Amino acid sequence: MTINIILNIILGVTLVLAAAWTVMTARLLRSVIGLAITSVILTIIMFRLNSPLAAVFELSVCAGLISAIFISCISLTQRLTDEQAAEKQKERFSKFWLLPVILVLAGVALYQLPITLDFHLPAAPTETDVRNIIWNLRHLDLVGQIVILLAGAFGVVALFKD
Amino acid sequence: MLSPLLLLPLLAILILNLPFRSLMQKLAVWVGVGLSLWQIVAVVLLAMGHKSADPWGKFFTLGLSCDNLTLVLLTSIGIVVLTTILVGWQTIGGDKQRFGFMNLVFVAMIGMNGTVMLTDLFSLYIFIEVTAVASFILIAFQRDTNALEGAFKYIILSATATVMMLLSISIILLVVGDTSFAAAGSAVRQFQGNPLVILAVGIFMCGLLIKGGVVPFHGWLPAAYSAAPAAASVLLAGIATKTSGIYALIRLTTSVFANNESLNNILLLAGAISILVGAFAAIGQSDFKKMLAYSSISQVGYIILALGCGTNLAIIGAIFHLFNHSIFKSLLFVNSAAVETQSGTTDMNKLGGLGTKMPVTNATSMIAFLSTAGVPPLAGFWSKLIIVVALWQNGLHAYATIAVLASVLTLAYLLLMQRKVFFGKLADGLANVKEAGWGITSAATILAAITVSVGILFPWMFNSVLIPISSFLK
Repeated sequence: MTINIILNIILGVTLVLAAAWTVMTARLLRSVIGLAITSVILTIIMFRLNSPLAAVFELSVCAGLISAIFISCISLTQRLTDEQAAEKQKERFSKFWLLPVILVLAGVALYQLPITLDFHLPAAPTETDVRNIIWNLRHLDLVGQIVILLAGAFGVVALFKD
Repeated sequence: MLSPLLLLPLLAILILNLPFRSLMQKLAVWVGVGLSLWQIVAVVLLAMGHKSADPWGKFFTLGLSCDNLTLVLLTSIGIVVLTTILVGWQTIGGDKQRFGFMNLVFVAMIGMNGTVMLTDLFSLYIFIEVTAVASFILIAFQRDTNALEGAFKYIILSATATVMMLLSISIILLVVGDTSFAAAGSAVRQFQGNPLVILAVGIFMCGLLIKGGVVPFHGWLPAAYSAAPAAASVLLAGIATKTSGIYALIRLTTSVFANNESLNNILLLAGAISILVGAFAAIGQSDFKKMLAYSSISQVGYIILALGCGTNLAIIGAIFHLFNHSIFKSLLFVNSAAVETQSGTTDMNKLGGLGTKMPVTNATSMIAFLSTAGVPPLAGFWSKLIIVVALWQNGLHAYATIAVLASVLTLAYLLLMQRKVFFGKLADGLANVKEAGWGITSAATILAAITVSVGILFPWMFNSVLIPISSFLK
């Protein structure tokens, strides 16, 4: 087993554990920290898969910006007492402990499937500059993303303003 | 002509949210009525072959495309948005609340218009999400426990569908290096037997079936439709879920995913199960809106069944039923809005004898339920007939029989609904009920007139409108 494979396994397992921690923990702040750790591990995986632009976006937006927004929202909520947190944590583990096990088993099963990756890939896309892709080649997606942001703003006004 | 269908509602949102808020709040409804009417006129002009220079062409290259399937959907979107706005005008109290609602309807309109005009898988995902985000907020709009529960169920299942679609798109991108329909279609055909491509097609289909509320992925739909405010139910049941789930399924099945037997068999089975599960579940409901939600699942089953049949006639039937369903289901939800607003409940056990008190709602409800059940000469009869004939011609006799028998079930539960709500003795506490206001009754009248007209004009429409629809099929 090469060092690369060992590293991939470690990253994969840590990613699953961090993601599981994110949804299992009873405290919102710890959940956000779990999400940020998940994003950081994903960033490392993306760097290793030779996708530095995707990795930078993942790190800056998901690990950075989104965590900051979550933390500012959580600062407006009331903290659980230690007893409440322990109770919720216990309840959550008893309900969902099987989920990560199923996930790992599904991964092993998928690995065993006879999936071939021998595609004849066409020539790589000529455009590799992400700025050109976003600003010049995919105007329609840009319009869609602006509208999603507007929808989010209207949602906050409609559901939370009062 | 196409980009304004996307950019004008966006421009309207931006202008309406500028200063002079109180004036803009009053104008929003009129802007919505104007936009939807303009969309219907634009579709008529496009159908007549009218072409005009794209005013935004210098600044944007949106890559939109329009064929006959797109025109049908744009028409449905225009009509249903118009009726949603008329119902919302009447049922959502307070200028601020109504203004927030209208903004979200415009967002959903952009999402739906974009979904039906684009030609790229990744853009399709983005615009389906635009519609979905607007839908979550519209479902939760009333902020009570039911509304939040309905929205939460939809968010969870919709997020699952989103993950599936994104995973599928990433596999297709890996195979072909492009996400346009044309490139993806040729790649799927080239690598048809490859397990990874089968996985990509399968999970994309599952994602769309979740979005469309097809059995066994329908868990979110009754809760969402019944918890949403009356006007939002019209939009969701009438067109929003049909565009993001069913339209996308028709488009991808015919243009991207190669037409193969296993895929068709899965669609046939899912369609037949949806028809039956929806119909049987509808019979057991006592809530007006929940019954309509299950009825919607059953009617969508007919579209999926026709899609699984795969012949040109069946696809025409599927598209025609999609249009008819968007009209008569919207009409039934407009009627439920009328009953809910005037009586304060949608529990059919507490209703009764409203026919004499609400004559317009009663008459339009009868038209809608007869059309839903496939009674001639209304529109729903013809689309179901086309589907049954296509199934029979293709040797799918068992499925054709299920389609016919389920129509009897549909007639049974909708007759039960009509009897419980509108016929018989007036229920206690409803003596002072009056007909709903002009916004709701005019929306109901427009939709009922379309249902009757399409039914009566069918012999002319079949050759001049329906057969040309199939021109988009290769």
